[in-house]
Amino acid sequence: MITDVFIVSFGVLALVFAAMVLVARQPMRAALALVAHMSSLAAIYACLNVHVIALFQVLIYVGAVMVFMVYTIMLLDDRDVAYRRRFSGTLVPGVVVSLGAGLVLLRVLGPGGAVASPQPGADPFSFATFSAAFMERYWLHFEIATVLLLAGIVAAWAVIREER
Amino acid sequence: MIARYELLLALAVALFTMGLLGVVIRRNLLVVVMSLELMLNAVVLSFVAAAAHTQTLHGAAMTFFIYVAATCEIALAMALLVLLVRRRGTLDLTARQELRG
Repeated sequence: MITDVFIVSFGVLALVFAAMVLVARQPMRAALALVAHMSSLAAIYACLNVHVIALFQVLIYVGAVMVFMVYTIMLLDDRDVAYRRRFSGTLVPGVVVSLGAGLVLLRVLGPGGAVASPQPGADPFSFATFSAAFMERYWLHFEIATVLLLAGIVAAWAVIREER
Repeated sequence: MIARYELLLALAVALFTMGLLGVVIRRNLLVVVMSLELMLNAVVLSFVAAAAHTQTLHGAAMTFFIYVAATCEIALAMALLVLLVRRRGTLDLTARQELRG
């Protein structure tokens, strides 16, 4: 019961911070709101007992991705015209299309959608189980992910060379 | 348990919709990239909710690969963004419309 209260509370926080990302004028404020949003989601994952993913969320998203984004914001000029005018001319069509897409997704995923039945058993989200599964079942996916990371590094290096 | 699962899916849909809205309506390229991250986070939330509901590892494993893809995406996106700003002088997406017709 108390877990549900925490999940709802952090869910509301995640929604509020996501709205702040949308309306913030300064990208730095939007980035900090996004950090708070991601931290709220990590708290939800912890409430669901998926501690591995909660840890990844904090370490990878908040700790690496967002810090990288904050460094980029600090590299840019804060007198940019995009800082003064927030919204494009597609505000009304954008709201209509987004609400329509949200309603379609709710219809597909909502009540009566494809809900799998729970499978009782041992906790599959412990670090030991997660690590063993990666070594046994997902080793090929893991190797492909490392190749993707390498490709990302090479592509970013190529872009930097282009800049020079 | 079903109620919690459906609540989390509804939250994921709401976050995905807000991210889509940000991609469409915002002028600032950085905030558009942040809105894309909102959408990715909504997808991750739906995977984790499904994994926690079914007590299987597949959703959690998929989440790990989404994190890897997101890390690559953000590294490339930030490099391209700085390059674009140096060339065009602004982060405003509507400043120069090069595609006409």
